[in-house]
Amino acid sequence: MMTVAIVAILVTMVLALIRTFLGPTEYDRMLAANSFGTKTVLLVALGGHALSWHSFLDVALLYAMVNFVGTIAVMRFFEYNNPQDETDKPESAA
Amino acid sequence: MNVMLSWLSDAFLLVGGFLCITGGIGLLRMPDFFSRVHAAGVTETLAAPLLLFGLLLQMEWSLDMVKVLLILVFVLATNPTATHAMAKATLHGGTRPWVKGKNEGKAGEASSNP
Amino acid sequence: MLIAIAAIRLTDLFAVVMLFGVYSLLTAALFMNLDAVDVAFTEAAVGAGVTTVLLLSGLRLTKRWESRPQRSPILPLLVVGITGAALLYAIMDAPLMGDPSAPVHQHVSPRYIEQGPIEVGMPNMVTAVLASYRGYDTFGETVVIFTAGLAVMLLLGIPNNPRPRPGVSAIGDQIVVKAVARALIPLILLYALYVQFHGDFGAGGGFQAGVIFATGFVLYDLVFGDGSTHAVVPPAWLHRLAALGVLIYGGVGVVSLLFDKAFLDYTALASDPVGGQHLGVLLVELGVGITVFSVVLSIFYAFSGRSRES
Repeated sequence: MMTVAIVAILVTMVLALIRTFLGPTEYDRMLAANSFGTKTVLLVALGGHALSWHSFLDVALLYAMVNFVGTIAVMRFFEYNNPQDETDKPESAA
Repeated sequence: MNVMLSWLSDAFLLVGGFLCITGGIGLLRMPDFFSRVHAAGVTETLAAPLLLFGLLLQMEWSLDMVKVLLILVFVLATNPTATHAMAKATLHGGTRPWVKGKNEGKAGEASSNP
Repeated sequence: MLIAIAAIRLTDLFAVVMLFGVYSLLTAALFMNLDAVDVAFTEAAVGAGVTTVLLLSGLRLTKRWESRPQRSPILPLLVVGITGAALLYAIMDAPLMGDPSAPVHQHVSPRYIEQGPIEVGMPNMVTAVLASYRGYDTFGETVVIFTAGLAVMLLLGIPNNPRPRPGVSAIGDQIVVKAVARALIPLILLYALYVQFHGDFGAGGGFQAGVIFATGFVLYDLVFGDGSTHAVVPPAWLHRLAALGVLIYGGVGVVSLLFDKAFLDYTALASDPVGGQHLGVLLVELGVGITVFSVVLSIFYAFSGRSRES
């Protein structure tokens, strides 16, 4: 049953990654990246127990913290959007 | 007792995994940012504690259990906060929820009245 | 690899920064899979945390959309292709990973594995090698980090009074984030101290602990406004702390010299050699942690305090 849960987490990670690539607005990308981070915490916690890694819980806890700080940073720096950014966009943007 | 614990842990892991996948599918298929926030919020706030509980029931009594509890508390404290913060920031940025038939154009554009 | 390709092809630099964070996180998971826990720790702390914040604050100072390259990329592509092919050809001669008959596993590794617990007395072999057997290299790394901080200070400098932000920030009325951050920051700092002093037994050590400690302060600065951390940790103190860390490390080496032993030979520090090793590793990791913390935080100060001159 643990493998089922780990496979489910991996599938969710791929789905969140697709949303990070697609996301029409930046808020979607922010949300998907945060979701990806949460799934990684779960993956490390469950996978570490299943595969008997050393000190995996320390890494999981660290990553939960880093994910939070990263999301707050992205949100904070994005809200100070310079109006000049919109006019910088090239015509042939990908 | 051990059999019941293992059965309970399997149930938690199964339900948690299922909720994870539905959250992921919701993240992809929902039409609007705010509905995606709701889908992602389900994964973070419900599926993560269920999965961690399932893991907790499978471990022996050791320091690792306390660490898993710490991760659980931390995840429960920060993930809803981050989701709320993102939704509020998006609202501040001008995006309005997509209402069927009312707004023309794709969801995610700033509305005319802030 | 797909993430790397996407990061190159996208022109929206904001999305690229987020993809870098995701990439660093996947690399950390890969390192965990290869049983390299300390490296995964450092990668997660530095790559996904601090680097994302620094890149975003740097992005605020420049344009957000990548401009078109002026020249054709054929010549650089050729150079990269030839160099890459040469490197791949050289790798093919190397022994396979984990091959027990490789030369590196014949002399050096067995000695560390067998003699490490006896000579240094520490369960975590990575810390034993990093801080004791290869202590001189780690001293070099610490000085490199200090020099990087010095270079950023010389080039950018820390603005004395961060300008008040025009307009209302989204963080300004986010009460939930503020309350949760207030509760979490002490826990983050406590975790950093745990990682610092637990490095002897599990994964951890000075580098990771310094970065996590700085992350706590960075979170405070992000949530409560630019420049609010200046009141808590003034930049002048950071300069002194960075120098103090390197001084502690070098000082331990000099003390060993004064006791008629080699530079950074920790057995000179206490009456019994293993106790001396423990004390030496403790002091040295403390020095590393202090330097890494002050350098990371001062680089963050240098980037985040500036605004775009338009």
